[in-house]
Amino acid sequence: MSGADDDLAIDVRSLNKHFGDKHVVNNVSLQVRRGEIFGFLGPNGSGKTTSIRLMCGLLTPDSGSGTCLGHDIRTEADKIKREVGYMTQKFSYWDDLTIRENLNFVARMYGMEKPREAVNEALENLGLGARANQLTGTLSGGWKQRLALAACMLHQPRLLLLDEPTAGVDPTARRDFWEELHRLAAQGISVLVSTHYMDEAERCHKLAYIADGKLLAQGYAADIVAEQALHTWTIHGERLTELSDQLRRAPGVDQTVAFGAALHVSGRDAAQLEKTVREFSAAQGLRVEPSETSLEDVFIYMMNHSKNNAGAAA
Amino acid sequence: MDKFFSVSRWWSIVLKEFLQLRRDRVTFGMIVGIPLIQLMLFGYAINTDPKNLPTAVIVADQSEFTRTLVSALRTSGYFAVTEQLSTEEEGRAALAQGRVQFVLNIPADFTRRLLRGERPALLLEADATDPAATGMALGAINQIAQTVVKRDMTGLLAHLAGDPPPFEVRVHRLYNPENNSQFNTVPGLMGVVLTMTLVLMTGLAMTRERERGTMENLLAMPVRPIEVMTGKIVPYIVIGLIQSSIILLAAWLLFRVPFVGNLLAVYVSALLFIAANLTVGIMLSSLAQNQLQAMQMTMFYFMPNILLSGFMFPFRGMPEWAQTIGNILPLTYFNRLIRGILLKGNGWFDLWPNLWPIALFTVVMMVIAVKFYRRTLD
Repeated sequence: MSGADDDLAIDVRSLNKHFGDKHVVNNVSLQVRRGEIFGFLGPNGSGKTTSIRLMCGLLTPDSGSGTCLGHDIRTEADKIKREVGYMTQKFSYWDDLTIRENLNFVARMYGMEKPREAVNEALENLGLGARANQLTGTLSGGWKQRLALAACMLHQPRLLLLDEPTAGVDPTARRDFWEELHRLAAQGISVLVSTHYMDEAERCHKLAYIADGKLLAQGYAADIVAEQALHTWTIHGERLTELSDQLRRAPGVDQTVAFGAALHVSGRDAAQLEKTVREFSAAQGLRVEPSETSLEDVFIYMMNHSKNNAGAAA
Repeated sequence: MDKFFSVSRWWSIVLKEFLQLRRDRVTFGMIVGIPLIQLMLFGYAINTDPKNLPTAVIVADQSEFTRTLVSALRTSGYFAVTEQLSTEEEGRAALAQGRVQFVLNIPADFTRRLLRGERPALLLEADATDPAATGMALGAINQIAQTVVKRDMTGLLAHLAGDPPPFEVRVHRLYNPENNSQFNTVPGLMGVVLTMTLVLMTGLAMTRERERGTMENLLAMPVRPIEVMTGKIVPYIVIGLIQSSIILLAAWLLFRVPFVGNLLAVYVSALLFIAANLTVGIMLSSLAQNQLQAMQMTMFYFMPNILLSGFMFPFRGMPEWAQTIGNILPLTYFNRLIRGILLKGNGWFDLWPNLWPIALFTVVMMVIAVKFYRRTLD
């Protein structure tokens, strides 16, 4: 097998996990290279969190195998925990401890040699030196998220697993956060980050899209978009909701997605799509133009597609 | 439209409350369970007039009178003769270990002196640590003496019948001669307080991590379950020891409870008992989904403890099924230990029968708790 492949931070194959009779993670295989920022996308409840927990040894898969930083995810969870920084979806540091106390605790948990220095440095980098003795519960969402990142970076992990780290964080803080991630990646740290934001997806080196526990696509953003072979037109105008309903029933149109004052109309059959769009445009006097199929169009398409398939199978 | 009181708005609140109650299984259990348990315990288990108390007899003089006396004891319903002993030392040991509640001592020349009209004395020694347990039986003793007189002092012996009877029953209330019920209650309170606070606090400590989501963070760190569990316990051991010390100090300074026994034995017993309660707390916390449930489960655990452990009501007054439940609870044994040490001056040998059940309980609970904890990892 590719066990000798030192280039991979995460290499898991055919992971399966059930909760009761629910198949939460269905045959997921995933490879993340060292120093890569890997985006993990998918709707709520699609199995992102469970997959991440499987990869870092917090959960045991029902079947499947793999390695994380070269350690077996089934038998070497302890080693993985030591070298991985895991940021939970929900803020999970202690509200009733101060910022410094939280960091001290983490430093001791990982048995760091110079915990005091490490904590001081982290506080310095965070810009929280002056507020080190403030109770963590009183921090705002953005600061909590920065603290969580600092805490899971404290033991200098080689891989970061970030579970929706920017949920509920304002745009400025999100931008800073991503700049920090890219700095870390440049230092050779691998990052697996789950998110709902398309602008964040576009900042990742590679992406994976999961829906209903199944991995639907994996690779570079451009490849994923190209793979679906969708053609897209943008329609500008008003009363787009009614138009969208009419278009969806028209030949050649596979999906419509509203973006504010514009409507993205996509379909696989380029010729038929163009014909339909031009007919509508001529009839209603709308401005239309061919446009690039965006990642979001593709993800919405894949999600609907997987649902329809699941419905057909059931 | 904007009525002062809208019935439909009000009704939707009522409905929502019922819906939520129905989903909260533990609360629902309490609504049904608490009155049932209270009824069973107060209605059937508790008896402030304990009968059939185990009694040892030391009969150094076998005669018609003494046989009548012993059978009169039995038929009174208060005394159950469980042991025949030969020396006073054996009697004292049986009382100290709590095997018997009474020892009746019939001296060697009892019958001879009785016939001579010398008004000899019988010695009835009672374990009076719990005045409520012995009070009624001791009250019945003169009645029993009269029975003997009426049955045997007839014919030629009729001159011996009369009031006062031709013999005397001397009652020795051992360990608590003044019948001070505080001497019984205050040491007993130690176990009750430890049970209440420690089970609750450990229960909350573990569920709090889960409720706040910090448990996942702990699990993601390289720390072993045994480290988490034992590490979380230590502060509560310290708290338990502080509580014990406060109650001991109060018992000594405020209530003047006699400290006959060994203080080291008190602390060893307390430590063991604290361990037992902490394992219960961990057990409950692995069953409870949140802090509210942990509190409710603590209530469930606490109630039989306070009623069936001999803390409030005499243990021997309860029916057998209630004693069986009581015999599972560590508080039952701890009450015997602490009263035994403080009031009776029990040594290690006397304590052992009540020490090992707590240790066994702790080990069993610990095994179950560790099993449950592993499951929460997955």
